[in-house]
Amino acid sequence: MTATRLLVVGNGMVGQRFLEELVDKAWPGEYDITVIGAEPRPAYDRVHLSSYFAHHTDEDLALAKPDFFTRHGIHLHLGEAVKRIDRARHQVETNLGAVIGYDKLVLATGSFPWVPPIAGSAHPACFVYRTIDDLKAIEARARGAKSGVVVGGGLLGLEAAGALKALGLETHVIEYAPVLMAEQLDRMGGEMLRRKIDALGVQVHTGKDTREIVTHGQGHKLRFADGGVLDVDLIVFSTGIRPQDTLARYGELPVAERGGIVIDDHCLTADPDIYAIGECAAWRGQFFGLVAPGYKMAQVAADHLMGCDNAFTGADMSAKLKLLGVSVGSIGDAHGRTPGAQSYVYQDDHGGVYKKLVVSADGRELLGAVLVGDVDDYGELLQMKRNALPMPAHPDTLILPAYAGARPASGVSALPGSAVICSCFDVSKDRIAAAVAGGCRSVEEIKAATGAGTGCGGCVPLIAQVLNAELSRQGIEVSNHLCQHFAHSRQALFHLIKVNQVKTFDEAIRRFGQGYGCEVCKPAVASILASAWNDYALRPDLAVLQETNDAFLGNLQKDGSYSVIPRMAGGEVTPEGLMALAQVARDFQLYTKVTGAQRIGLFGARKGDLPRIWARLIDAGFESGQAYAKSLRMVKTCVGSTWCRYGVQDSVGFGVELEHRYKGLRTPHKMKFGISGCTRECAEAQGKDVGIIATDAGWNLYVGGNGGMKPRHAELLAADLDRDTLLRYLDRFVMLYAQSADKLQRTAAWVESLDGGIDYLRTTIVDDALGLGAQLEADLAMLRAAYQCEWQRTLADPAHPSRFADFINSPAADPGLQYVPVRGQLRPAALEERRTIAIHRVED
Amino acid sequence: MDWIRICPLDAILPGGGACALIGARQVALFRPYADERVFALDNVDPFAHVSVLSRGLIVEHQGELWVASPLKKQRFRLSDGQCLEDPDYSVLSLPVEVREGMVYLPVQKD
Repeated sequence: MTATRLLVVGNGMVGQRFLEELVDKAWPGEYDITVIGAEPRPAYDRVHLSSYFAHHTDEDLALAKPDFFTRHGIHLHLGEAVKRIDRARHQVETNLGAVIGYDKLVLATGSFPWVPPIAGSAHPACFVYRTIDDLKAIEARARGAKSGVVVGGGLLGLEAAGALKALGLETHVIEYAPVLMAEQLDRMGGEMLRRKIDALGVQVHTGKDTREIVTHGQGHKLRFADGGVLDVDLIVFSTGIRPQDTLARYGELPVAERGGIVIDDHCLTADPDIYAIGECAAWRGQFFGLVAPGYKMAQVAADHLMGCDNAFTGADMSAKLKLLGVSVGSIGDAHGRTPGAQSYVYQDDHGGVYKKLVVSADGRELLGAVLVGDVDDYGELLQMKRNALPMPAHPDTLILPAYAGARPASGVSALPGSAVICSCFDVSKDRIAAAVAGGCRSVEEIKAATGAGTGCGGCVPLIAQVLNAELSRQGIEVSNHLCQHFAHSRQALFHLIKVNQVKTFDEAIRRFGQGYGCEVCKPAVASILASAWNDYALRPDLAVLQETNDAFLGNLQKDGSYSVIPRMAGGEVTPEGLMALAQVARDFQLYTKVTGAQRIGLFGARKGDLPRIWARLIDAGFESGQAYAKSLRMVKTCVGSTWCRYGVQDSVGFGVELEHRYKGLRTPHKMKFGISGCTRECAEAQGKDVGIIATDAGWNLYVGGNGGMKPRHAELLAADLDRDTLLRYLDRFVMLYAQSADKLQRTAAWVESLDGGIDYLRTTIVDDALGLGAQLEADLAMLRAAYQCEWQRTLADPAHPSRFADFINSPAADPGLQYVPVRGQLRPAALEERRTIAIHRVED
Repeated sequence: MDWIRICPLDAILPGGGACALIGARQVALFRPYADERVFALDNVDPFAHVSVLSRGLIVEHQGELWVASPLKKQRFRLSDGQCLEDPDYSVLSLPVEVREGMVYLPVQKD
């Protein structure tokens, strides 16, 4: 078999999706694929472009795994553009002079931003907003700027305004129409959106016709038709897009009147060997500026190429987005243009919520909807429209708050199995149900198994509903109860314990649980009690709840010995400290290693030796490093501005301060912090539960990162903070985590489990929307005041060191701990290297 | 049966355990409540061949008490040493007596 030469022009979101569809379905070797992309980098997520400012790495937005192209043998030409298609010869010519032949050609060239012909709009201070390079250029210009304006108040324009605001500019939005997002919203919805955006400090000017841009010195003046003016430092145009159909025009392929390469239901152009997909294509005279229809086209074209039956049947332009932190949803006929259409409106000026339903004249069918400020109903309403589900007798109950009128039962059970839940990846309700039947038990697992919810993410609440409905239908019980002894979640139990001032496990299980307790609830309640009261972990009634690590204040190793890890805040250690540590390690014959947490671990300590070892270390000025506890382990630092030529802030000094501030506080799982003195990020802070990165203006605070088994980048919680503000936010974050996470849940999983994720955290911690801030800070201050070095406290209590003895009836050392040499130190003897300890049957 | 005195009952925290050395043998003692009930098992975790069971948590499952190994959490029944996860890995159980506030284990006969 000779491989078909397939050439794909364009490696944007849709082009990439096409490739993935194809390599997924085609035989290996069936196609010899070449991809030509004009941008210098492979496909990335344009929908979430503004999140680029949170991480500043291309990888975070990348759509394909780094080895995607090599793994599938795809020839990738980046930074190269096709200049001409020679249809007769079946070849293309690129701007670099290459000539590439094809059997089948796929055009996925996307669109380009359209800038109106306004005088002055070609000045270097004028930008468009489409690519990562556009963003980098805007960012570079913004460094010396104070203010910026976005011309165009549509969906993308508001995205761009969010980017300007994130760059710290005084931000304006100019819109020609009388309302924002005139495509998606009706007048009242647009008005509500405008009020909410105004309240965020972005100045919105509607009904403004920009006529001219005049440059004076470093500044620029926009002149409007009504005589008004606006002075700004940089300008971003977001005045619509046009299909990138130039190749078709030169190749004499038909294009639609309003632009776009004409395609049929199979995404074929007038040439049977050329497909066009995504924003460059026009189906029945219309082009689609959203990603979901483009994805559908990618699927249809791939299927048709391989001889499978599939057709593009149009797409509705429904969308749910978050613009400048304001949630907006638009479904179907949002403007009520269908003849006879009737509408229902709910408006709450105080809460900033606007909802409108458009229904058919007979009231039986949902035609469209507008949602501003509260989009919880989006998924259900969209399904109702798509599947033409019957409307309730009183359609307004669909948008009223729960307290104002009974809501009909949740929509998912009414959906047919074929209903598409995720339109980005075309995943039906049936497929999600099958995934649940196949063992998926969480939204995360469904995402991994089906791809649903991994595009725009708008369907995630609906996926959760289908998941829960399927679980209960299939009789699978999901319980967040702590264990069989406590029928409460950890968070609920925390509040019961806190509110009722419960100080012991016995009281907790008597009042809120049943039975004796187990290996799950005993340490979990001990952790809750510690997070609530920070009492001494080895108080006799608490000591017997602790896992062995906490019970003996060391990490149990595989041979029954413990590790000894004193605190080295920020990774700092004095020569005197090192010498003391070395002396102890030598005297007790401990294996010595630098750990992953910028400190030194001594391994192989006998339980009975622990008090003597720690007495020596405390004499030398060390304290417990809590390496054994579910609590703050360390703050990893780079050397920062004290020594580093590039550092802009004192990361070590601040790291030491932070480590002392949060040390000893018990949390649901361990926490690791990182702090870098500049954006080079040598402390790898974004891989930590809390990451702090210095900026010229202060500190950026990231949360929820993780290394380990499932790496996750921390997400930006707040930027350019001064010390006091950062400490306040961090106090709230740590306390909220301690109080509301599940047992043994790291911050990464916790953030992912929160409805709204990082946005919820930002609302709660930064905006203090729930009014919890002061209480969380007070709770943390109380715990800090109760801090004591556990080893110091233990050694001061004459009763305690005897607890550590190897045997309760003998001063002997445990003969089971045996060691053999390795690289100049000692390691535990393997089973076959150990002297056998005889075990005889005892007389009954 | 001859008994050897090990320790005062109060030396074992209610809800906790301790390890006794008898000849070359290590015996785990468990005191699940604040009363005189004490259980004794061989201290060696049969999965890891490491002498640590006395440092495990006392736990309740299926209406009975077990110790969960501090290494990998397999559970052994206090009353007879049976392993919940795999009965082939059960441990030896020993009789134990408490008299006048003292804990006694049987003397090992040769």
